[in-house]
Amino acid sequence: MALESIRSTAVQKRTGYPAQWRSRIFAISALAIILIITIVVTLGVGSTDIPFGTILQILLAKLSISNVQPTWAANMEVIVFDIRLPRLLLAGLVGAALAVAGTTYQGLFRNPLADPYLIGVAQGAALGAVIGFMLPVSWQLGSIPLLAFIGAVSAAAMVYSIARVGKTLPMTTLILAGVAIGAFLAAITSYLMIASGDRLQGIISWLLGSFSLTSWWQVAAVTPYILIGTLVIWLLARPLNVMQLDEEQAQQLGINVEQVKLILLGAATLITAAAVCFCGIIGFVGIIIPHAMRLIWGPDHRFLLPLATLAGAIFLILADTAARTMLAPTEVPIGVITALLGAPFFLYLLRQKKRAVF
Amino acid sequence: MLYLRLDNVTLGYGKQVVLRHVSFQAGPGEILGIIGPNGSGKSTLIRGITRIIRPSYGDIFLDGSDLYSLSRQKLAQIVAVVPQNPTLPEAFTAFEVVLMGRTPHLGLLRYEAKRDLDIIKSAMEATHTLALAERRVGELSGGEKQRLTIARALAQEPKIILMDEPTANLDINYQIETLGLARQLSRNKELIVVITLHDLNLAAQYCDRLILLSNGTIYSQGIPQEVINARTIKDVYGAQVCVYPHPVNKLPATLVVSDKEKTARSK
Repeated sequence: MALESIRSTAVQKRTGYPAQWRSRIFAISALAIILIITIVVTLGVGSTDIPFGTILQILLAKLSISNVQPTWAANMEVIVFDIRLPRLLLAGLVGAALAVAGTTYQGLFRNPLADPYLIGVAQGAALGAVIGFMLPVSWQLGSIPLLAFIGAVSAAAMVYSIARVGKTLPMTTLILAGVAIGAFLAAITSYLMIASGDRLQGIISWLLGSFSLTSWWQVAAVTPYILIGTLVIWLLARPLNVMQLDEEQAQQLGINVEQVKLILLGAATLITAAAVCFCGIIGFVGIIIPHAMRLIWGPDHRFLLPLATLAGAIFLILADTAARTMLAPTEVPIGVITALLGAPFFLYLLRQKKRAVF
Repeated sequence: MLYLRLDNVTLGYGKQVVLRHVSFQAGPGEILGIIGPNGSGKSTLIRGITRIIRPSYGDIFLDGSDLYSLSRQKLAQIVAVVPQNPTLPEAFTAFEVVLMGRTPHLGLLRYEAKRDLDIIKSAMEATHTLALAERRVGELSGGEKQRLTIARALAQEPKIILMDEPTANLDINYQIETLGLARQLSRNKELIVVITLHDLNLAAQYCDRLILLSNGTIYSQGIPQEVINARTIKDVYGAQVCVYPHPVNKLPATLVVSDKEKTARSK
């Protein structure tokens, strides 16, 4: 401890920047590398094990980086590139999105219990999806995610407009309105589920969340929302830090609090809606990942947001790999895996560092 | 030259009026003290000057331009606040909290440059908080947090600094230290310093001019000798005190008279 503080002050003297910044930037780079390794390694895992070398060759050939003569069976290429890669990328995108949205909500509400589903997004998405499942089967493919997305965004918009008082948005009212609207929408969803007859199975597996049958168009559909939303949130990291004081102090430090709140809520809601619309309501990522990152690397959102983005992606890719391999060929619902993997690790962190996280 | 001027300002919350028809002016190099009983509107006045609440009547001018014609960011480059009982996020380090003071000077895409870090370092040196830099705010005492918010206000490099009861949580040494710093800022850097104070002796010693608030309006304003005397204190606070010229500098020194003394004397 003593040695560490001596070293850190030495670093501070040399560069003028605090030593923590350095270690956090290092952590971000390390997680980025781990993410790439995770993607390449998990591509090989599954019902057909594909050697690491072959995967690299297939990827390089596909990206036309090198002109490798195919030495692998054609079906391997299909498995890697058309089945596993899109699924893996969607899991990564969704993990990143939920972790960023969770960090944002926790920061905005200054509450460790906040998660991306706090203001009715999940219940809205569920209702939209269930309505989609009620449609004739031939319409379902595109309409379920679309209706889930619309349901998610309109539920959040409804909560927002109810909670708004004049030109301000009291955060407590927002939570309460979210809980009430969420319960109301969940009731309608339950009613529809009872009435859904033989479609119940499909609805339940959607609600538990799954990445099975992911194809490239789904990745392409959600990427712009998640990319832009995440970028917007990253840009507002400093105002979000200042808003950890309280609204009055944040305003006195030049932050346009109401405007920042609106943009952050909008961006976080949009990326959450995009995340859940194809794969269903995946719990736990959005609350645990931000917390774990905050416990380890501190509450500064300028570092916390990129860290959570990367960790969320890695975590959900690993969870989905476990989901499709543990009881293969049966798929375990990914929500079960996220809780099984995440909860013990989180409890471990909590025991390790018993101190304030906000 | 920069000045702060309030012109017939009425402030309140919703329909409830807290301050009525307040007018005063403060210029560079001046320390203006706001005194008055609990609930007389001292903090409300600071909220008005920082655009937390909008005057229902009257105008506030900074340098001749209306307060509401400036952007919030621009305003924060000019006016810094040391709040009375600030909520500070416990997990942040002292350094990170002072760093927030640079916010009005940084855009969304800019990281803190070496210059910003130097400003923070000297702000923390001036408030004796540099040794706390890597400590978490949750571990700090009330007085340490108060000095931290003063450092944060200095990091804003403001032209006007508003302090709401800056000495409330401090021992006598840091009270003198803090108000000495306020004086130094006003004299050396030509800042306008507005301080709300409960302690009439500190107010008399450190402020160039005082405004005494009573029942939501200005009871009197002027140099300490004009504002503080036994009659006005009795009138405004309802408290029995003796006011004597300070033995060193002749400024008014207020001494309390306990009930026991009062009854003994009336006998």
